[in-house]
Amino acid sequence: MYGYEFYVDPSRCIGCQSCVKACEECDTHRGHSMINFDFVDRAETIATAAYVCWHCEDPTCAQVCPADAIKKGEDGVVMSALKPRCIACENCVLTCPFGIPKIIPEYEQMMKCDMCYDRTSVGKKPMCATVCPSQALAYLRPEEIAQRREKPSNVFYFGAQKITTQVYMMTPAGTDSVTLDITEFMWEKANV
Amino acid sequence: MAKSPGTPEQLRDQYGPHLNYTPDGGWSKESRTQPDRLVKTHCCFCGQQCGIQLKVQGNHVIGFEPWEDFPFNRGMLCPKGVKRYLQSNHQDRLLDPLLRTDAGFVKASWEEAMALTTRRLREVQERYGKDSVAVYGGASLTTEKSYLLGKFARVALGTRHIDYNGRLCMVSAGTAYKLAFDVDRSPIPWSEIPKAHVIFAIGANVGECAPITTDYIWRCRDNGGKLIVADPRMTPISRNADLFLPLRPSTDLALLSGMLHVVLRDNLQDDDFIQQHTLGFDAVKASVARFDPRTAAEMTGVPPEAIERAAHMFAKADRAIAMHARGLEHQSKGVENCSALINLTLATGHLGREGCGCTMITGQGNGQGGREHGQKCDQLPGQRSLLDPKAREHVAGVWGISPDELPQPGYSAQEIMNAIHAGEIKALFSICFNPAVSLPNAEFTREALEKLEFFAVTDFFLSETARYADVVLAGSLQEEEEGVTCSAEGRVIHIQRAVDPPANARRDSEIICDLARRLGKGQFFPFETPREIFEELREASRGGHADYYGITYEKIDAQMGVFWPCPTLEHPGTPQLMQGGISFYPDGKCRFQVAEWRESGDPVDSAFPIYLTTGRVISQYLSGTQTRRIGGLVDIYPEPRVEVHPRMAEQHGIQDKDWVTVTTRRSEITLQASVVRTIRPDTVFIPYHWADKKSANMLTHRTLDPRSKIPEFKVSACRIQKAEGPPAWASAEALVRIAPAGAAK
Repeated sequence: MYGYEFYVDPSRCIGCQSCVKACEECDTHRGHSMINFDFVDRAETIATAAYVCWHCEDPTCAQVCPADAIKKGEDGVVMSALKPRCIACENCVLTCPFGIPKIIPEYEQMMKCDMCYDRTSVGKKPMCATVCPSQALAYLRPEEIAQRREKPSNVFYFGAQKITTQVYMMTPAGTDSVTLDITEFMWEKANV
Repeated sequence: MAKSPGTPEQLRDQYGPHLNYTPDGGWSKESRTQPDRLVKTHCCFCGQQCGIQLKVQGNHVIGFEPWEDFPFNRGMLCPKGVKRYLQSNHQDRLLDPLLRTDAGFVKASWEEAMALTTRRLREVQERYGKDSVAVYGGASLTTEKSYLLGKFARVALGTRHIDYNGRLCMVSAGTAYKLAFDVDRSPIPWSEIPKAHVIFAIGANVGECAPITTDYIWRCRDNGGKLIVADPRMTPISRNADLFLPLRPSTDLALLSGMLHVVLRDNLQDDDFIQQHTLGFDAVKASVARFDPRTAAEMTGVPPEAIERAAHMFAKADRAIAMHARGLEHQSKGVENCSALINLTLATGHLGREGCGCTMITGQGNGQGGREHGQKCDQLPGQRSLLDPKAREHVAGVWGISPDELPQPGYSAQEIMNAIHAGEIKALFSICFNPAVSLPNAEFTREALEKLEFFAVTDFFLSETARYADVVLAGSLQEEEEGVTCSAEGRVIHIQRAVDPPANARRDSEIICDLARRLGKGQFFPFETPREIFEELREASRGGHADYYGITYEKIDAQMGVFWPCPTLEHPGTPQLMQGGISFYPDGKCRFQVAEWRESGDPVDSAFPIYLTTGRVISQYLSGTQTRRIGGLVDIYPEPRVEVHPRMAEQHGIQDKDWVTVTTRRSEITLQASVVRTIRPDTVFIPYHWADKKSANMLTHRTLDPRSKIPEFKVSACRIQKAEGPPAWASAEALVRIAPAGAAK
């Protein structure tokens, strides 16, 4: 949908799994959910997190696909592997830094979140972002997301790999990128 | 005697719960994406009553589509809403009436079943008197059905004893709000929540039990609002709390009294509001004098500084909302707890203004509407008292009977079960209630059900309670009969008939009217449609506090719901009650209520040193009659577990997933441990949605709040010990049997 972006805010997630269950209802993957859902560490915390595919500007999954089966549309949405091409080799599963793609054995195909192409192409919001009771997954206009206390960012660093995504992560105000490498925070970094 | 025919295992094989994973007709693309119609209606689970569109093909509900235009939830749904359509066309569905025989349940014709029911009810009443028959209703029924059932009990059966499963839900709050404001409804619509500067949620697991409310709270925080959460467990909303108060079970009153003590000590009260709008302040002031922060801290386990900070945050905020749910209410001092919260709200003047108020989060589907129109033991339609001569005269007039014919108030839900156990009540007609799972002390409930001389159950699945019935009448699901319900915020909404009951199952209201006719009272039950019942309900409620006279199905559709009271056809409804702090009492004043401290009815001691508290999980609803049959929901949380803090687990040599026996003064059950750092180390938690040896209510006790008659589900004393191994129900063989029969996941 023109003018809307997808935002993920794990701090709002209540772990209800409505997204998981609603995604299962889709006719293209019937009973299989494309949501990545985690209890972060249930013994220690109630924190939970639900993610969709981040739809990278330069998708690692597509880069490593030996069958050239993973395509990104002009709208930036990275699609599931093309069924006639996919050889279910799992290269994409192993390399995606976010851990998104899944091989569905009964289809012998990699499937992942395609941002509900069937819905967004006809002016509806993606299903997970529509039903999410806490709006941890949200499909909104930028001016709407600007009302929130957390701020969107879409630049991630995995070590030296910089990834820009179409989906935004909501982060504490003042954070413009997300880094998962401790060296980013180390005083010695300049000396390394 | 109504003994269950066959073992639980045999009955489970035949009547479930079996797990339904796939939509009717499978996942085939054609049937799923091209329904005949989308029906705009509401979810059947929980008091949020989210708008939802059901996909219908022929007489089958085959899926759902969010309803983004409905203002309360704007398309949002929890997993129960997403998967609710799978209860339709379920293999366990009762399609015919059943009669109990020595060989088990057998199918019967409606003529046989209804004739037997009529004959047995008459025989029992002739032999033992009118009041020897009791009626159980439920808060998942539409308001029309609830109203009809109240009339059925009092006019067709002429018994005093009718009550409903809302007795296990909202009555402590309702009683306290009636005392303070003379009305039982949330004073505010949910649209006020994002406007608050401080939200104080106590005993309310909002994320799991009222999921859509989470978004309202998060939007409040986006606006700069602060969140205070008080709960013995870190619930999902507590992770974003600005202040978390981990109170000990049963000590809510001490916390609230401690907060009010601090407010008054530090002169933070709203003197003008107290002066102009309230009565009884001085007595309450005196009653909290002893709850200094140190004393309150010793009672609650919450640090004194945190109590002071909570009091300051709440009192100093220009706008503040206090919200509560069953944690506060499911106690033998549930009314006192709610009164203490109202006292805090009144003393700080947080009522009748924008972004202010105290509010109860009603839990059951029609928890609000189901308690307004006469299925409570002491109440007549319109939230009128059965003891009020004027109310009796009005309702008797609408019903065409003499006020003298109206019975006096009867027993509440648990009291009815007690009276059955004592032999005073001999027969029971039950609909939409599963006391075998939902009442405390399940062994006692079983003994009582076995003593009934006659027991008729109306249900769509064979609930654990229906196993004890002589006659099971195959009734209807929410989507099979039109009607209204009232949501937690007081919004009356329209439930659409999406499909008809399958096979020989019948609409609930048709069953009740048929039975009334057979009992010779047909002239009082001429209803052919729910709309006709609603028209009479409008008149019966007219002039009462819950005045529905100005509400029509058409107005509800046009306005996306109508908030009561709505006294005339021109009236738009009343989203915000008590504007300017004016209560429903004739003098308009709000009443402070002194809330006296009492110990729990099942106190901890050296033999039972641990607190047991019970509650819900996100994926199940109440006694699980519906949700334990939906595969996608069962997968989220398949079996009950006992939550234990690592410190307590270490003391007992328990690791995560170990089998643990929990013992109370009633009984014991053995469940797997969930060792988590999110519960107080002196407390264990068990969710209550399961039956038989998995039932948390095997452990709970029958102590009632003396005024609201709510059981103390939130506080029992227990001990735990590591079990040798899994209990019988968890053996491999047993688990295979309850697995889905041929269900392709």
